[in-house]
Amino acid sequence: MSFPLLTATAALPAVGAIATAAVPAARRTAAKWMALLFSLATLVAALVVVFRFDPDKVVNSPADRYQLAESHAWIADFGVRYELGVDGIGAALLGLTALLVPFVVLAGWHDADPEDDGKSKESVATGRWRPTQGFFALILMVEAMVILSFLATDVFLFYILFEAMLIPMYFLIGGFGDKAGAHGEKEAATQRSYAAVKFLLYNLVGGLIMLAAVIGLYVVGGTFSLTEIAEARAAGNFEMATNTERLLFLGFFFAFAVKAPLWPLHTWLPNAMGEATAPVAVLITAVVDKVGTFAMLRFCLQLFPNASEWATPVILALALVSIVYGALLAVGQRDIKRLIAYASISHFGFIIMGIFAMTSQGQSGATLYMVNHGISTAALMLVAGFLITRRGSRLIADYGGVQKVAPILAGTFLVGSLATLSLPGLAPFVSEFLVLVGTFARYPVVGIIATVGIVLGALYTLVLYQRTMTGPVKENVRTMPDLRVRELAVVAPLIALLIFLGVYPKPVTDLVNPAVDQTLSDVQKQDPEPEVEAAK
Amino acid sequence: MENLIALLVAAPLLGAAVLLCGGRRLDRVGHVIGTALAFASFGIAVGLFVDMLGRSTEDRSLHQHLFSWIPVGGFQADIAFQLDQLSMTFVLLITGVGSLIHVYSMGYMEHDERRRRFFAYLNLFLAAMLILVIADNYLLLYVGWEGVGLASYLLIGFWQHKPSAATAAKKAFLVNRVGDIGLSIAIMLMFTTFGTFAFGGVLEATGETGEGKLTAIGLMLLLAACGKSAQVPLQSWLGDAMEGPTPVSALIHAATMVTAGVYLIVRSGTIFNAAPDAQLAVVIVGAVTLLFGAIVGCAKDDIKKALAGSTMSQIGYMIMAAGLGPIGYAFAIMHLVTHGFFKAGLFLGAGSVMHGMNDEVDMRKYGGLRKYMPVTFVTFGLGYLAIIGFPGLSGFWSKDKIIEAAFAYDDGIRGWIFGGVALLGAGITAFYMTRVMIMTFFGEKRWQPDAAGNEPHPHESPKSMTIPMIVLAFGSVFAGGLFSLNEAFVKWLEPVTEFHHPHPVISVPAITASTVVVLLLGAGLAYLQYGRRPVPVTPPKGSLLTRAARRDLLQDDFNHVVLVRGGEHLTRSLVYVDHSLVDGVVNGTAAGFGGLSGRLRRLQNGFARSYAVSMFGGTAILIAATLLMRAV
Repeated sequence: MSFPLLTATAALPAVGAIATAAVPAARRTAAKWMALLFSLATLVAALVVVFRFDPDKVVNSPADRYQLAESHAWIADFGVRYELGVDGIGAALLGLTALLVPFVVLAGWHDADPEDDGKSKESVATGRWRPTQGFFALILMVEAMVILSFLATDVFLFYILFEAMLIPMYFLIGGFGDKAGAHGEKEAATQRSYAAVKFLLYNLVGGLIMLAAVIGLYVVGGTFSLTEIAEARAAGNFEMATNTERLLFLGFFFAFAVKAPLWPLHTWLPNAMGEATAPVAVLITAVVDKVGTFAMLRFCLQLFPNASEWATPVILALALVSIVYGALLAVGQRDIKRLIAYASISHFGFIIMGIFAMTSQGQSGATLYMVNHGISTAALMLVAGFLITRRGSRLIADYGGVQKVAPILAGTFLVGSLATLSLPGLAPFVSEFLVLVGTFARYPVVGIIATVGIVLGALYTLVLYQRTMTGPVKENVRTMPDLRVRELAVVAPLIALLIFLGVYPKPVTDLVNPAVDQTLSDVQKQDPEPEVEAAK
Repeated sequence: MENLIALLVAAPLLGAAVLLCGGRRLDRVGHVIGTALAFASFGIAVGLFVDMLGRSTEDRSLHQHLFSWIPVGGFQADIAFQLDQLSMTFVLLITGVGSLIHVYSMGYMEHDERRRRFFAYLNLFLAAMLILVIADNYLLLYVGWEGVGLASYLLIGFWQHKPSAATAAKKAFLVNRVGDIGLSIAIMLMFTTFGTFAFGGVLEATGETGEGKLTAIGLMLLLAACGKSAQVPLQSWLGDAMEGPTPVSALIHAATMVTAGVYLIVRSGTIFNAAPDAQLAVVIVGAVTLLFGAIVGCAKDDIKKALAGSTMSQIGYMIMAAGLGPIGYAFAIMHLVTHGFFKAGLFLGAGSVMHGMNDEVDMRKYGGLRKYMPVTFVTFGLGYLAIIGFPGLSGFWSKDKIIEAAFAYDDGIRGWIFGGVALLGAGITAFYMTRVMIMTFFGEKRWQPDAAGNEPHPHESPKSMTIPMIVLAFGSVFAGGLFSLNEAFVKWLEPVTEFHHPHPVISVPAITASTVVVLLLGAGLAYLQYGRRPVPVTPPKGSLLTRAARRDLLQDDFNHVVLVRGGEHLTRSLVYVDHSLVDGVVNGTAAGFGGLSGRLRRLQNGFARSYAVSMFGGTAILIAATLLMRAV
């Protein structure tokens, strides 16, 4: 038996979480370094997985689809197995997660420091426990579970992780704020608490419905293993009544749509991202939410191909609403972080539209979109976090003229904004255009309506930039320091990646394309031929 | 030589990267680095041009394939360049005028503390503009297209501390994004129709699809061109864009970027040739804009905004010519190049005037400046003669040809209408440019000390600024004539754009004669109004049309009421709907799953213990679920 590389990759952050939590209370800095080191080690492990993975391996049987596979009996009397494996889509998202967490850790370096002003007893974050250790341990915990969920090929294992990651996320949202509440710490704590509970309940409800569907799937198929189900289907031994398939599909899809989030199940996200600290907000939207869209690709389409097709019109309509509605709401926000949250809702609309367009451009584009959105949102949100920490306010109206006093901060914020509006030359353009063209090829009207997002995206990002960064320098902004070395170390690599993947996205598309072709063959779809070819 | 094409882009791109990342260390030498790299690119362009001249006509299209950019299924986008006669013309114009304006900016921006950034952005602009004209497919063209938009955004808003500059920059970008919808849809249509969006592939496959598709593609390309080239109905950003430093107005908003729409249409000639309805739309847009811009130009007192109206109008001529098909493509490009010379020269002249007048832009506060700045006066005057089409100068050769071609649209009424509009435009051009000339350089001095008691002391600008003006003046005088020797320019472009001789509805000498007559009429009217009578420092109320033209023919008012106000109401009500309705309904529905809504509301006032309670609840559900599973 070979070395369990995938387990090791997921275990590294989990071990890191325990190690970080175990650091004595007084040695906060050591805990931070511990967390950073483990997140970097995870990145190395993830890169090994990505490079060991052979995207062009010929798939002869369903078992070949997932590489570096591991399989052990877990809950034997119920057929639940600990089964891992990685395909191109999973590899891309594994890479994204492992890449972003070190930046999240570094960006949140001081977010969980206890306050030194003697009033620490009032602070929720500095109550009875060790907030710094806890903060970083929770981040690593989330990373471990997210990574494992990208690797799980057993439906039940995936479900457990899908639900379990809510727990550390809940504490991260509810326990740590950015001390920028407009009405004092007490009010802020209430808001945080509301946001955390809303996050938890929305996702728990989604999860419960999914649980019912998971059980239903077992009743129908007698197994939780993706591979076994695919083998049974290939051999013609896997029959599902049309209605059963549709119900099960809806059960899965609902949970993923809450997490993604898709309109109208999106309202928890602005609360959560608004109240959480910027690094945690990045963790939510750039990492955890991706499990939702990833799961649509892996579970909804693979397990329920016919039902997926049946539901496509409605899902495309909801995705379109998300795109336009999210962007319009972003325009109307007064709070920087909520604005970015609504922008994310718009972007998730694009991702879901790409998935259900059922074309190779749409789905490769959607996967690439997940990666690029992760990087661009991280860049924008983390710089926004640095900004908010300096001024102690999330309100756009409290800023103005920042570029005059902090040109590097303003410059990086602008690059993040340009990435968010999908400027050609930066990574998100590639994925957004692929999604658009992939959708247009099958559903021209949907594709054309979605192009409205091109204008609205520019509107909310540039309005945000204009109001915060340009104009006369506001009073409280005057003494604002520019980015520090640590902060620059967070932002500069992200920007470099945005440019690199904008010019040369081929490494990611090469990784993803074969897996997408597999998914398309699951749903028995082929790309529409160009008119000129079709005529011949 | 093919391998040098990428270097055209690489040099200014390197400049932008070095200047932006180099930080304050480079503040003292940044402008030298930027200018040197612009000249490096120009040098490479000249080398490639000489090489191209040495080749036979069929062999002049060079290609350089760098790497595969976005390969997904049938969607294959490459980073690849194509340099043919059309691209070469642009490359020379962009790098040539671009280098001159770098030199000019060394003087103009000498005292600006953010000079290094300015040169970085100028370099970035050059790189993007070069990508735009040498891309070998529409998607890479899109990168350049948006790149110049970004550079334009950064440079219009260069003085960001002025809210008006920041607003103008954002407006320019947003209006251009509306045009980008057109470019995006056009590319998507090409992909689904032809399976490719490379120039070569589209060219080959054009004949294999119906006119409907081609018309749709053509109209979408026109929408894109309207945004970038400030054509009606997407013209409203150009006037505001004058907030940028004047060298920027000269390079980006007169000589190069705003003409990208003309390039796009001429480059897509095969599509338009097969889609007459789309062509008609192009001609109409050009005709409307050429009048629109000219009328606005007549009413503006701000020298840069008057010139901006003029730019819009002159590009209207080019777009119109491009819509005429093979009888117009070459003339559109020829006018584009001569306009690049004289309009850049005029803007640099305006900048020189502002430089000497404490940045005053109101022409009503100028007057009699010819005595104080003779070089500016002479170079500006030559540009003036060129743009109004004074016989023998550049504008005469290029604009006259467009008027002829417009009269040749067809044998019937449309030929007369389009020709008449083009002719009328020439008259208005003479009027507003004469007005600018007289108000600025002739008459009595009208400037006063400002509130702080500083009186402007007009003076000639330094050599770094006057030399580029002199070079451009040479172009304004001679380029048109040179291009027309033996139809040299037309023959040069013919292999790319095709060329058919126009057959106007009236004879060519009659057209030339009428052009000269309307020119004299326009100039004479302006002389009567502004030369014979003193110019009041405060503008008179003016007729209804004048007042409307001062407000850009009310387009901004329309935009404000419909788009801005309407949009604000829409987003505000949506924020309300999201907060109370969507959230409420979903929470309410969730109540069905165990009173979540009520619990949520109660938990809003919760403190630390609420976490514990709800967390315990969550975990309990999880455990219960797992146990349930085991029990089943």
